[in-house]
Formats: sequence, C-alpha cells, structure tokens
Amino acid sequence: MAYRSSVGDYSSDARLFKRRANAAAVICVLLVVVLFVRLAKLQIIDYAHFSDLSENNRVRLMALPPNRGLIYDRNGVILAENRPTFHLELIPEQIDDLDTMLKDLSAIVSLSERDVSEFRDSIRTHRSFESISLRTRLDDVEVARLAVNRHRFPGMDISARLTRHYPQGEAAVHAVGYVGRINEKELENIDQGNYRGTSHIGKTGLERFYEDELHGTVGQQNVEVNSEGRILKVVDKIPPIPGNDLFLSLDIELQKIAEAALGERHGSVVAIVPQTGEVLAFASTPTYDPNLFVHGISFAKYKELQTSEGKPLFNRPLFGQYPPGSTLKPFVGLAGLDARTVAVDDEIRCKGHFLIPDDETNRKYRDWKKEGHGLTDMDVAIEQSCDVYFYDLAYRLGIDRMHDFLAKFGFGEKTGIDLYGERSGLLPSRDWKKKVRKTIWYPGETLIAGIGQGYVLATPLQLAAATATLANKGVRVQPHLLQSIRSTETAATETFEPKESRFSLRNQGYWNDMFRAMKKVVHGVWGTARRTGWELKYNMAGKTGTAQVFGIAQDEEYDAETVARKLRDHGLFIAFAPYEAPKIAVAVVVDNGEHGSQMAPIARKVIDYYLLKKDEPLIQAGEQADDE
Amino acid sequence: MMNRTHVFEVSYNSRLASALRLINIEPVLFLGILLLSAIGLGVLYSAGDASIVLVEAQLVRLGLAFLVMLVVAQIPQRQLYFWSPWFFALGMVLLILVLTAGDVGKGAQRWLDLYVIKFQPSEMMKLITPMMLAWYLSERPLPPTAKSLLISAVLVIVPTVLIAAQPDLGTSILVATAGFFVVFLAGLRWRVLLGIVLAGLAFIPILWRMMHDYQKQRVLTLLNPESDPLGSGYHIIQSKIAIGSGGIYGKGWLNGTQSQLDFLPERHTDFIFAVFAEEFGMMGAIVLLALYVFIILRGLYIASNAQDSFGRLLAGSLSLTFFVYLFVNVGMVSGILPVVGVPLPLVSYGGTSMVTLMAGFGMLMSINSNRRLLSR
Repeated sequence: MAYRSSVGDYSSDARLFKRRANAAAVICVLLVVVLFVRLAKLQIIDYAHFSDLSENNRVRLMALPPNRGLIYDRNGVILAENRPTFHLELIPEQIDDLDTMLKDLSAIVSLSERDVSEFRDSIRTHRSFESISLRTRLDDVEVARLAVNRHRFPGMDISARLTRHYPQGEAAVHAVGYVGRINEKELENIDQGNYRGTSHIGKTGLERFYEDELHGTVGQQNVEVNSEGRILKVVDKIPPIPGNDLFLSLDIELQKIAEAALGERHGSVVAIVPQTGEVLAFASTPTYDPNLFVHGISFAKYKELQTSEGKPLFNRPLFGQYPPGSTLKPFVGLAGLDARTVAVDDEIRCKGHFLIPDDETNRKYRDWKKEGHGLTDMDVAIEQSCDVYFYDLAYRLGIDRMHDFLAKFGFGEKTGIDLYGERSGLLPSRDWKKKVRKTIWYPGETLIAGIGQGYVLATPLQLAAATATLANKGVRVQPHLLQSIRSTETAATETFEPKESRFSLRNQGYWNDMFRAMKKVVHGVWGTARRTGWELKYNMAGKTGTAQVFGIAQDEEYDAETVARKLRDHGLFIAFAPYEAPKIAVAVVVDNGEHGSQMAPIARKVIDYYLLKKDEPLIQAGEQADDE
Repeated sequence: MMNRTHVFEVSYNSRLASALRLINIEPVLFLGILLLSAIGLGVLYSAGDASIVLVEAQLVRLGLAFLVMLVVAQIPQRQLYFWSPWFFALGMVLLILVLTAGDVGKGAQRWLDLYVIKFQPSEMMKLITPMMLAWYLSERPLPPTAKSLLISAVLVIVPTVLIAAQPDLGTSILVATAGFFVVFLAGLRWRVLLGIVLAGLAFIPILWRMMHDYQKQRVLTLLNPESDPLGSGYHIIQSKIAIGSGGIYGKGWLNGTQSQLDFLPERHTDFIFAVFAEEFGMMGAIVLLALYVFIILRGLYIASNAQDSFGRLLAGSLSLTFFVYLFVNVGMVSGILPVVGVPLPLVSYGGTSMVTLMAGFGMLMSINSNRRLLSR
C-alpha cells in the first residue's frame, strides 16, 4: 500500500482530531483531579488517622526458624544437638556514649579488638533501632555478670539462640559432618523462604546429605513492635515444624574404639553389618572438632587443619583411594575358582618369582618372600599371601575376566553410601586402558593387578563393602549410615531401605573354600595375622595387605628403616567374624602403616567390642608385628 | 485555522535544543522525561533502603531505554507506517507461540525463551496494536464507518484476549486502551462510545467468571481490604497508611517510616508512588502528577500538529496510554483501583515496560520530526 500524505483531507481530519485530542486532554486532567481528590482525602482529611496508624503500625512479619533435627547413634546416644548459647547485643540508638559503654563492658566480659571492630562495622549497615551482636557465645559466668550489671547498660541485651553442638567432639566427625554459616553459593541453591531466620546449613557429612530432613519448615509470626523495634505483642503465629531426627546405624562406642585403635596413625576403619549394610564404624584419623566450624573457624585454625601432615579434614574412607594390595587376593582367588581356572587344591611351585611364559625381557615378578613358598595351593596362597600363586592365576585368568568378576563386589564403583563426594576407586580393564590411557594392556599389568597393585585402587569403604559382600556370600547390600528417620511432626519412623543385589558362584561351595583359607590367615600356624588370632574367643577370617607406595626396582632391597615415613607402604587388613556366621565385616587401611599384619589388631579391637561388647585390652603379643 | 497559541506550544531555540532537534529529539518532551527519570532515581534510592545498588541497576536500564528511544526516533514515520501490519502479524504469531510454548514464570505464561534472551511479546503489543489501528484507520474516511469500527474492534480484542489468557491483566488492559484510544481519536461517535461503555458494564459478570482466582481476589480486596489484613489486603492497607501519613508536606526524603521500616511491600516496583507520597506529601504528589500531565499534554500537542492521520492517531494514542499507566498505578496504590500490576512509568524499578515506554516516546519524536521535515 502506498504511503499517502492526505493533504486534501487535512483540514477536516485534523480538525476532528483536534477536537478529540482536546476532549481527551480534558478527560485526563479531570481524572488527575480525581487522583488529587483521592490524595487529599488520604493526606489531608484522613491525615490524623493514617498518621496515627503509621505511628502504631508496627506489625512486622517475623520468621520463626525451625529447630534442626537431632542425630542419634544406633543406641540412642546423641551425636548432634541444639544448645542454647548466649550473645551480647547492643542497640546503638539507646546508647548515649558508646565508647564509654564499650570500655565499661570490657571490664565485665572479655572483648577482643576484633569483636569491637566488627561491631563498629555492623553499626553502619544496620538501622539504629536494631540490636547488633557484640560478643557471641558468652559463658555462664559472663551471662551472670552481665545480668547483675544490666541496669548500668541501657540498650544492652542478652539474646539466647540455639546453636548446633556435637557432644561427641572429634568422634565420627567424618560421618556426621558439621553445619556452618550459609554462604552465598548455598544461598542460591536453597529455598530462601524456608531458610528465613536460619543462619546455618549442613556443610559436610550426614548434616549435608540429609539437610532437607534435618532443616524442617520455617514458621512465622506477626508481631507488634514499638518504634525501637522491640516486640510488644504476638498478633498471630504459625509455629515452625522442627526438622526430623536421624537415627544412625553407627555405634558411637565402636566408633571411638576404632579411632582409639588407630591412635596416632593416619588411616581409616570401616565396619559394616554384612546382611544389612549398616555401617557400624566410619573412622578416619586424624580427626578434628566439628564444633570449631559452627561459629566460624578462625583463619589460622583452618589453615592449620588444612596443612597439617595428617590432613584431618580429608575423609579417608570416602575419598582415600589406595591400592588394595594383597587384600584383593581372596576376591581374585574366588574369580579363579569361579572361572575354573584353578581348583582349590591345585598346587603350583613358588620359587620366589614368576616369569611370564615366552617373555623375552625375562622380567622377574618377585614374591615378597625371596626364597619362595614351595608347593602352594589356594589355602596356602591366602594364608601366607603368596604372590607367585596369584601372578600365575591372574595370568591365566586374564584382566577382563578378573575385572568382570571383581566388579560384582563393587570394586571400581561407588558403594552408594549416604554421603556426598564418594570416590569410585579404579578397577582396570583392557577397555579402560584403551579409553583413558590410550595404550594397550600389557600382560605384566595383569599380574600386578592380581595382587592388588598397579592401576587397582579402592577406597576403605569399598574394601569394607566388598568384604561384607564376601562374608554375605554374594549378597551385596548398599552400605548406609542412616538407620531411620523420625518425623517430629507425626512421630512416625521411616526406615532406610538399602539397595540389594545378589550373585552366585558356579559352585556355592567356593565361598566356604575361601572362608576356610581366610580363617587360616588369622588362626593358621603360618597365617600372616596369626598373632592376632591368639586367644581369640571366636573365629575370624581375614586377609592382610601391604600396598607399595613406590615400586622397588629389580634388585633393590626395601628397607623400612631408611625410607621416610610418608613413603612407607600402606598397611591394610580386611576381616569378618564370626567365621561360622559373619556378623561384622571390617576394613582397616593405614597410610604408610608399614605392614598389613600390624593392622590386624586394630580390626580385632573393633570386632572384639562388637561381638563381646567389652573393650578388653589385647594381649601384648598382638601388638607386635606378625611377619608375612 | 488554529491560531491561538497553545499552552504546550513551548519552543525555544537554544543551541542545545537545536542540537537535539538535529538528532530528531524533541527538546521539551525530552526535558520532561529526563526530569521524571531523575525524580524516579531519587525515590528509588529511598525505596531501596538508601542503597545505591538498585539505583545503579536502574541507571543501566534507563540508559538502555534512552538509547532505544534515540534509535526509534531516527526511524522515518513512513517506515513505521509501512511496517505496522507486518509487526502486527508477527506479534500475533508470537502471542500464540507464548501460549503454546512459552515459559511459565510466577504462574503466568508471558515469556518467550529465545535462548539468548527471554522476552514478553505482550509488551511489544502495547506499541504494535495502536500502530496497526492507526495504519488501518488512517486509510479510511474519518470518522470511521460501522464496518471499519467492527474490524478495528477485532484488531483490538484479539491481542487483548490472547494476553489476558496468559494471564496478564495489566498488560491486556493497556493494549486494549491503546487500541481504543486510536478509535476514539479517529472520531468515534459519542453515541457509540456510550453504547460500548454500557455493553462493557453488561460484560462485567461474564468477565468476573473468566477471571483467575488471584485476579478476583484483588478486586475483592479493593472493595474491602480489611477483610484480609495480613493477606492480600496488606498491600493496599500499608500503602494507604504510607500515603496518608505523608500529609501535606511529607516526612522528608529517606524518612518515610512506612517505607523504611519494611512495612510497605513491593515498594521499589509497583508501589513506589506510596514511598514518594509518604516522603514528599501532597505537595510532592502535585508536582509529580503535574509533570506527568505536562508530558502527556505535550504528547497530545505533538499529535495535533502531525502531518497526517497515521501520525496523529499513533502519537495521540501513545500519549494517552502513558496517562493510563499513571492513572492505573496511582489509582491502585491509593486504593481506588484494583491491584493490576502496572508500574509507575519511568519511576518504578524494572526494565521491560520502561523500554516499551521509551520506544513509544521515540515514535512520538519521529512523528514530530516528520512534521518538521514536511513543513520545511
């Protein structure tokens, strides 16, 4: 359509428009007058009324944060609770001379320079009628002193708040975790409405994993406040719904025994009930006090925790990936039996080393025992941890069959425990190496994998879970720390349902064969953990393991004395008991712990307590190293 | 013929004004908009707890909106005319897309996700609908015949219904009125107008049944805010207290207790007028409303002096729509209209409607330049 500048119609059209525009203008002005009338009614005629309302209008909506759910162990011992703490607060508006008051107050309670400077900073960002925190966590004496002197300090207030407290201190911190102040990143991911009035959130461990259960639902109340913001009356109220309580499968006494048994070592102990997947102990040493984090840890202290040699913040059972060493042998042995690569009583001759048939390099794969174990069958190979037997077995089995069988125990895969950040370890295969390392698989690597070295990595948790599956004869139950959740609203209890899967061997009798061999590790005459088996009131099946941190060259001797501590071998031990009907499966992994046989007493202490329910001192001999 | 000087026929010939005219900016209207934006920033500073954060964000948006105005002002009027039906067709397609594939935000489907940006096609319709009607009616003899009235009605009602279905009552009202103003300015007979008003009143019960629960709630709340003082009535009660307690002279900038003590909800967006009225009182409100009226009348003046029907109708409709913003917003904040979510133009915090408004002012300026070009 062509653009038309309708000059011809201009006069009539334009005149019509002008009339209309003028009419519109008049209507607009009239409507604005209506608005003026309305404003005059509000601002002049009803001014007194509204001014009054405004003065008295101090109804404020306040959030009522819910109390966080409590955490109990399996016996009802409290692991995380909420304690009232007292804080000193000042309302700047009501204070005539702040400097004098601060000086007088410091005579009664201790005020650090940081307290005062932080207080002065927050005065600027708050309204003058709002109370501002000067000192947190007053002790009982300080509260009493302030209460007595209250009349001297108008504008001073002691506020009580509930804060998270971990009465068990350092025990089980890697499982329970801790809460800390909500940071900006977390603020973006939470339902901010439900966190109104809440300052803390689960940061690690179960506190983080079950944050939604523990937090609860915020309530609210409309309160009438005076011009200073002080609450005069509650108008209406929707009470908050407290968070749900967690009951754990963890036994805090057992946990403490495990931590004490580890002592100064850096390591982990994980104990699991094979049939149910309940995690009884989840120890990682060195440990730390979670209470430090609740009120904001000082930078220096945090740095210390981060840089100290044992790395206390590191969750070893969950994040630590270790070569399982000889503790893998029972699983590899079962793979051999199941694949009919070996029979239980097939014997090989161990001369202290193994040569790959037709290998030109003639590389010797050495046994830990230089002179060899002589004629070795499965029982002997497990009892004395013969490497050559497993080189031979692994060579004949091949890496892929070994991979597929070990995967059934959960190696190379997360266990699915109810904690964030679990590592999956590494179960190598030909495919894996092609994909990740972009090279082919060498036969020698199969041998090394057969004794749990080389690429193979497992977390202590994985090792414990695999041992539980072994003790449970192929029934694999997801390990879990949570036993049940009790709703505070309905008091109904919801039980954790672990995932379960099962597999069977070609001949279920192979399980008993392996059990018998593992029993000999502890109770046999030549067992690598025989000293631990002395005077044991029950039968234990186990397997020691020593994982090399660095490879020993062909003709080099390993001398523990001269090797720095952090380069020493990792010591491992897996066990379950009683042998006849396993009730507990344990994995012990100690960084640079020298030798697996030294780890057996740690496992024994844990199992002793669980089965005998008393913490008898172990006989002296058990503390000494067995030889392998 | 119109020889008497008009009150809003302000003109001056300073060097700055000539420079502005050179880039198609009408200096008087521009001054009014600038003044209003400045007042808006001052109120926003107070409404946002005396924090510069909101003001900075608003400044960025204002900058963008002024840029849009400047760009639109450069578009020759004949281009606006040419593109009107195409824009309208595109707008309709987008509106249908929003309903079928749009993003649901805050319980309403208004946004179209273009991967890079999300935008509200309904916002564009505030400009496109009057453009379309001006395009249609300027081609026909005025005052419009019954047939062109009927077609105009369809052109207004279809986008209005589509937007109301999102549901977005505030925008659909603005689109409907923008379209209606074109028809009115084109010379709709008063008799017919009266008929429409009566028909509209008869339509109210049907409309009531079509409304969403939250929309009904707003109307009920208006009639009796005290029925739900802590729920939906809270906004109106608090806002009335804020305005009323401001009195004649106000409590002073940054001193409004209603606003500063967090009683007033949405005080930096839709309810910002209450903050202003509390802190500057009746006097301030008179000055502010006078400024708005000045801008609107200046817009109508530009419209009256446009060279052709299209320019007149479009410019007139845009100016009157600006008035609807003002009236609906102040009306709802002072409690004589239901809460429909219309911002106070150029003062409320928020970007989308500001860009549309300034694009509209850009069109006004383009129409104004067209007159100058022709009269030269």
